[in-house]
Amino acid sequence: MIQLEGVEKTYRTRRGDLVPALDDVTLDIAENEFVTLVGPSGCGKSTLLKLVAGLTPVTSGSIRVRDTVVREPFPDVGIVFQHPVLLPWRTVLDNVLFSADMLGLDLQRYRSRALELLTLSGLRGFETRLPRELSGGMQQRVAICRALLPDPSLLMMDEPFGALDALTREEMGFELLRIWEARRKTILFVTHSIPEAILLADKVAVMTPRPGRLARVIQIDLPRPRTVELEFDAKFKAYSDEVRGLIFAGRKARGDGG
Amino acid sequence: MAGSLRSLSRHAVPAATLAAAIVVWELASHILRIPKFVMPAPSQIAAEAWEWRYRFLGHSWVTLYETLGGFALSIVVAVPLATLIVYSPWLRRALYPLIVLLQAVPKIAVAPVLLLVIGYGETSKVIVAFLVAFFPIVVDTATGLAATPPELLELSRSYRASAFKTFVKVRFPMALPFFFSGLKVAITLAVIGAVVGEFIGSDRGLGYVILSSTSYWKTELAFASMILLSLIAILLFGAVCLVERLVCPWLAPAAEE
Repeated sequence: MIQLEGVEKTYRTRRGDLVPALDDVTLDIAENEFVTLVGPSGCGKSTLLKLVAGLTPVTSGSIRVRDTVVREPFPDVGIVFQHPVLLPWRTVLDNVLFSADMLGLDLQRYRSRALELLTLSGLRGFETRLPRELSGGMQQRVAICRALLPDPSLLMMDEPFGALDALTREEMGFELLRIWEARRKTILFVTHSIPEAILLADKVAVMTPRPGRLARVIQIDLPRPRTVELEFDAKFKAYSDEVRGLIFAGRKARGDGG
Repeated sequence: MAGSLRSLSRHAVPAATLAAAIVVWELASHILRIPKFVMPAPSQIAAEAWEWRYRFLGHSWVTLYETLGGFALSIVVAVPLATLIVYSPWLRRALYPLIVLLQAVPKIAVAPVLLLVIGYGETSKVIVAFLVAFFPIVVDTATGLAATPPELLELSRSYRASAFKTFVKVRFPMALPFFFSGLKVAITLAVIGAVVGEFIGSDRGLGYVILSSTSYWKTELAFASMILLSLIAILLFGAVCLVERLVCPWLAPAAEE
């Protein structure tokens, strides 16, 4: 569904220096595949999402989504950021409807679907509350519902659970998998956490920084639905050693230290 | 019980302090025999204010509508200006130095010239009030508009919403708390602007009453006008706070459990 070919991105700083953010990234993502991008800060994971969403142009190379070259934002994408960034004056329900509103869709038609999504994510009964009355995890659930409302075939998540505590984070991961299993879509998921990357994904793309490069794409061959017990599985350990090895090998080679 | 005690102390303590200060003032002016034209006693001020009650109504009304006129004009000018500054880097470079320059000019120094050009009617006072009030609204609204979380702008862009739609549905509502803090500063400045305008030349308004009463040594009348002016400023400030609460109910602190 998504093809990245030799994608390069170079930023220009205020002083006019050119900073390479991504270097020669080639990646194929199939329809309904769950792909996680893992790597240390500054490896261009978030940049990659923005490029695929058409929010910033590539410097060279090409990105195709369903055989169409991405040049500008296209509405078939849902985005979830690290922070929920809800609108504080809108109720939970109206925040979910925000995506349909901005897309210019008929809000009355999407109301029932919004309620359905809120039920699915355990937020039924909170639809008239304001965001500030909700916990961080609940706010992020609202943000996910907002992204899912127009039923996009592509979901981009930029460290969506990064600001949550460890327990909520794990719970949200499994919840996301449950929703994804019910309504399949292609997910591009950025994370710092190696266990999270492996537990969620069909495919883990390991990245190394300065400039951002794709070190390896690892096919995760673990049974679904995924469970907490998998983390004690020998295969899981092997995957996580492989990912860790790739990230740390990159560090040693550049002399960053451990 | 504890709650009612707390609310009692919150309102009763400042009220008692004020009452005590007035009593001390009253006693001091009698015991020390301070002449009325130097420092009138509260009772003398109150008596004079009562005497003037109908005339005060008219003068207060003049000052009030000069203030509100200048305030309204400053909103009408400042909000579009702030929007232009935030949306266009080119206009920001062109307009910002001008706005700062205008702010740096002492308005009291400009007022006589303004009155000379525009005339001694209420319009010139509205203009002076506008000149002192519009700067905080421009600066605060621009700051608020520029503070929109970048994620929300990216989200709007990914949904291909127009810049206008993003402004109406995201950026402006997001900037409302900043806009209102600008308004709160502006409304008190607008009162000062109107009074300064009246000082320079007028035959109506509370500023005029203060100026003319002092030239007749009627200090108690000047004091009554000052108190009335302060009351107007406090009421207007309170009104802005009330509107803020009505327009942005989500900003109110969460109710205590």
